Amino acid sequence: MTTANATAMPLLRIGSLTKRFGGFTALDNISVDIRPGERFGLIGPNGSGKTTLINCISGAFRTEPGTVTFQGEDITRLPPYMRRRRGIARSFQIPRPFRSMTVAENLMVTLDFAASAHDHLPASERRETVMSILTRTGLSAKADVPATRLSQVELRKMELARAVATRPKLLISDEAMAGLSSSEVDEVLDLLMSLADQDITIVMIEHIMQAVMRFSERIMCLDAGRIIAIGKPSEVMANARVQEAYLGT
Amino acid sequence: MKRSIIFWIGAVAFLVAVLLMTQIIGNEYPFFAGYVILQFIVLAVAWSILGGYAGYVNFGTSAFFGVGVYTAVLLVQATGAPLAVQIAVAAMVGALLGLGVGLLTLRMQGIFFSIATIALTIVIETSVTNWRYLGGAAGIQLARPPVTPPFHSYVQMLFFVQALLVVLAVAIARYIQNSWIGRGLQALRDDELAAECTGVPTLRLKLLACVISGALMCAAGAPGAMYLQYADPASAFNLNYSVSVLAMSLIGGTAHWVGPVIGAILLGVTQQLLAVTISSEVNVLVLGIMLVLFVIAAPQGLIGLFRKLTHGRAEGKA
Repeated sequence: MTTANATAMPLLRIGSLTKRFGGFTALDNISVDIRPGERFGLIGPNGSGKTTLINCISGAFRTEPGTVTFQGEDITRLPPYMRRRRGIARSFQIPRPFRSMTVAENLMVTLDFAASAHDHLPASERRETVMSILTRTGLSAKADVPATRLSQVELRKMELARAVATRPKLLISDEAMAGLSSSEVDEVLDLLMSLADQDITIVMIEHIMQAVMRFSERIMCLDAGRIIAIGKPSEVMANARVQEAYLGT
Repeated sequence: MKRSIIFWIGAVAFLVAVLLMTQIIGNEYPFFAGYVILQFIVLAVAWSILGGYAGYVNFGTSAFFGVGVYTAVLLVQATGAPLAVQIAVAAMVGALLGLGVGLLTLRMQGIFFSIATIALTIVIETSVTNWRYLGGAAGIQLARPPVTPPFHSYVQMLFFVQALLVVLAVAIARYIQNSWIGRGLQALRDDELAAECTGVPTLRLKLLACVISGALMCAAGAPGAMYLQYADPASAFNLNYSVSVLAMSLIGGTAHWVGPVIGAILLGVTQQLLAVTISSEVNVLVLGIMLVLFVIAAPQGLIGLFRKLTHGRAEGKA
């Protein structure tokens, strides 16, 4: 494979992906490429299939038919933990901290398990690595606090910190800003921006339009399990079907 | 590192003390009673590897224990194998059983897993009950081979062997607790999906826990055949083992390996005292009451209670 090919290759390719729950089709023939380094926004009304799509990408749901290709490798049949080790990290819509652990210990799980075999850190550097991530996410003061004692915005940040502790190639952020105040939204948005600057490709699912518009280079809008628009933020927002489905006009 | 040295010094001191006891104390009864307590320590520590660290509440202790007993019976019947071989083979059978059971049941979560493990006990007990070669429902008598020096009686030797198993079980549980395996199990106990998406191979770790736990439980059961010189399915697969061991682990607390050890000593001693002074039926009642009290007052067990107290004091100072 030449370098030219490698740069042209999408980081993530979703090919004709369909997901059914019984008789209900949650995702209907979705195909999309995510480019390396892209900031990608995913929008759509409630129930349009956004979270289902990321569950299919991260491996929580099996998909049939359809393919998920990551860096040229077909990962359709891989369990979530193997996808994580290949570099697909995610956060959850409702934060899912490891409740019996401190904030630092939560991140240690990532270092223990998500790192590929050759970049395991020696014990001495682990704490340093965790602290530097916590400093960047503004949580360094909370390192040894039990995860259950964090506020909502801190939990969101910890989820992102836990997801990126081993520098994944792709981060899927599932409504990391839902329910936060506007200043908190800015904090999380800045955090995601700084992660994007570190060459992490980010797929952001968000209902807060201002945030999606500011963040994304490209936006895809889902409605009832189908792609109704994809392109530059301004184009997608101007699309009549998007306005009808999403903005309710 | 320092803690490891202290741990191993403690373990050796414990074994030396047990060995000295067998040489000094002539009366057999303390060993007869003590054996049961040591056996419960192994079972409780083994249980907490899957039930505590991974949070998969296993009601199948009696299945594994009974399979251990009957593996020994089968070996004695078929080949007259020595005790060490009985235990080693029982551990291997337990590991295989753990793997099989794990593959069948560990995709289930919560109460569904627990129910499946009860079913396992009943299925295996029924099979053994109908296996004539192993004595069937009536049970089977076994003759003890001559005792190996330096021990004076077979029960004393079994007491020492069970003490060795205690050290083995605790060392394994301690290793798991402090290693990446323990951190992975803790993560999946807290949130299985989040753990999986953080790179934890949840199914594999659960299987590993089930295999180790099963192997230790079967090993703990193996000397039981020679201890009683008799085995019958209703006693070997008695659900009381499952309930007692679960209660011991939960009352002790499963966050640290020492929890099940304390729980097993506490409840084991209580049970022995009650069995002697009142009746063995009262055991079950006391067990039930203690479990209820702990679930209400100290859901994290004695370990949790202790941590709460020391933590509270530390915060008070600060």
